[in-house]
Amino acid sequence: MKPFDYVRAASHGDAHDNAARIIAGGTNLLDLMKHQIETPTKLVDVTRLDMTEIEEAENSVRIGALVSNSDLAADPLIRERYGVLSRALLAGASGQLRNKATTGGNLLQRTRCPYFYDTTQPCNKREPGSGCMAMEGQNRILAILGTSDKCIATHPSDMAVAMRVLDARVEIEKPDGQIQLLTLDELYRLPGDTPHEETALEPGDLIVAVHLPDAPKGKHVYRKVRDRSSYAFALVSVGAVVHTDGGKITDAALAFGGLGPRPWRDTEVEQTLIGEAPSEALFEKAADILLADAKGYGGNDFKIPLTRRVLKSVLGELTGATQ
Amino acid sequence: MPTLGSAMKITLNVNGEARSLDVDPRVALLDALRTHLDLTGSKKGCDHGQCGACTVLVNGRRINSCLTLAVMHEGDEITTIEGLGEPGSLSPLQKSFVKHDGYQCGYCTPGQIMSAKGMIAEFNMGWPSNVTDDLGTAPDFTEAEIKERMSGNLCRCSAYPGICHAIREAAPDEGTIEEAAE
Ligand SMILES: Cc1cc2nc3c(=O)[nH]c(=O)nc-3n(C[C@H](O)[C@H](O)[C@H](O)COP(=O)(O)OP(=O)(O)OC[C@H]3O[C@@H](n4cnc5c(N)ncnc54)[C@H](O)[C@@H]3O)c2cc1C
Ligand code: SF4
Ligand code: FES
Ligand code: FES
Repeated sequence: MKPFDYVRAASHGDAHDNAARIIAGGTNLLDLMKHQIETPTKLVDVTRLDMTEIEEAENSVRIGALVSNSDLAADPLIRERYGVLSRALLAGASGQLRNKATTGGNLLQRTRCPYFYDTTQPCNKREPGSGCMAMEGQNRILAILGTSDKCIATHPSDMAVAMRVLDARVEIEKPDGQIQLLTLDELYRLPGDTPHEETALEPGDLIVAVHLPDAPKGKHVYRKVRDRSSYAFALVSVGAVVHTDGGKITDAALAFGGLGPRPWRDTEVEQTLIGEAPSEALFEKAADILLADAKGYGGNDFKIPLTRRVLKSVLGELTGATQ
Repeated sequence: MPTLGSAMKITLNVNGEARSLDVDPRVALLDALRTHLDLTGSKKGCDHGQCGACTVLVNGRRINSCLTLAVMHEGDEITTIEGLGEPGSLSPLQKSFVKHDGYQCGYCTPGQIMSAKGMIAEFNMGWPSNVTDDLGTAPDFTEAEIKERMSGNLCRCSAYPGICHAIREAAPDEGTIEEAAE
């Protein structure tokens, strides 16, 4: 690890430090610092700040940026109303890691692309302009949607997939104290020509909370497919809230993990489902739309048929139509 | 002006004792415990949060001590395997690991036991897991639940059946998170 100065923030003011990197749970940042992929010269520890509450407001819930992944998953209100979020959190990492991982840090965790982690290899995300080894290399875990010819990394968070289903907004405090509310599609950038620019955050910005509006109507499911049944990142995951009434799908919200550089949501898929009677043919059509632009890179080609099967299975479970 | 990353004087509360040390900010809690405080029970397997050998309790909760900085833990209550029990006065979990052969080489064992201690407290608070059927009702302490909740602790010797038996039998004798934090 490269040397750095350490400061424990006593106020939000201390955290808005252009020269410093924020550390919360540290479970991603320290891992990357040990590999010298991240080399900050100053860390500001925000863990003693007042961002640890889950508060209920009118038509929404506000989750402090420091709420741990385990506290969030176990919270009675989240379990009751936002089951997809509890489920996604519980499907991620391990008990130890979830105790340390925070809501803000989880959103900003970086890709698990093997070449991003291997500092002896070129990687446009780690070293802009150096090339992308994954394109023709080991890309089993990498993206099939939203990629560019510069980067095919996925965003690894399970939590963020559920938050995308739930139309979460991220509350960001700017250094001048102004508050910005961003959807996840606004927070996460697609790679394009600049895969190293991952989010809309600017130096000195502090994530203070995540807001969830009232949950959409319906049953909640988070289905994660991975190489072992626990303690592994998703190959493909689906977060879904779907409601049926009178034999028709009336409400649907779906997002996908393991497919793209951000939790992937395609409202066209939902529009295809809403108002229709659940059937195998309808689910196939939804999968066709989701995967219309999907592109495999060899090692991850399997994700295209796998996504189709997982989507159909989840929709079957939620509508009681098929399995 | 001190040089970048110069050492800091900190006090850590470990197993109920206040311990002062000078550490470079880069020092992980695990390394502070092992090399600065000579508490070598906590083990380093991977140093990257992947194996659980370094598991300790901080304020009663299990964490990976390799992925956190010592300087971040001033004011916290840290419990290591040495704080659970010593030869002659083993804790229920420690005794049960001995009785059920919950290890072979023993390298992962301190982490397994600390993780089990934290896990039982989580279970007692009614926390669900990925294999809990219904998020609305308290889960049963089944083998499936134990396996899922302990998946953050790897055992190279694959002593898993013994580990599982040991945890199952000791669980009723282990306390809640409040007790663990004391
Ligand atoms: C072995 C292993 C397995 C894992 N498996 C999974 C998995 O299956 N699914 C999954 O989703 N995740 C998994 N993870 C990742 C884990 O969820 C993340 O490491 C964790 O959520 C990061 O949170 P943190 O608080 O520790 O972040 P930190 O490491 O503290 O920070 C991460 C980033 O966020 C920034 N940051 C943190 N807080 C703020 C804030 N309030 N404002 C602005 N910036 C901030 C930091 O500067 C840093 O860039 C795994 C991790 C490990 C080590
Ligand atoms: S996919 Fe992205 S992160 Fe992976 S090597 Fe290519 S540029 Fe780097
Ligand atoms: S040494 Fe900490 S998890 Fe492996
Ligand atoms: S007993 Fe040898 S690693 Fe678990």
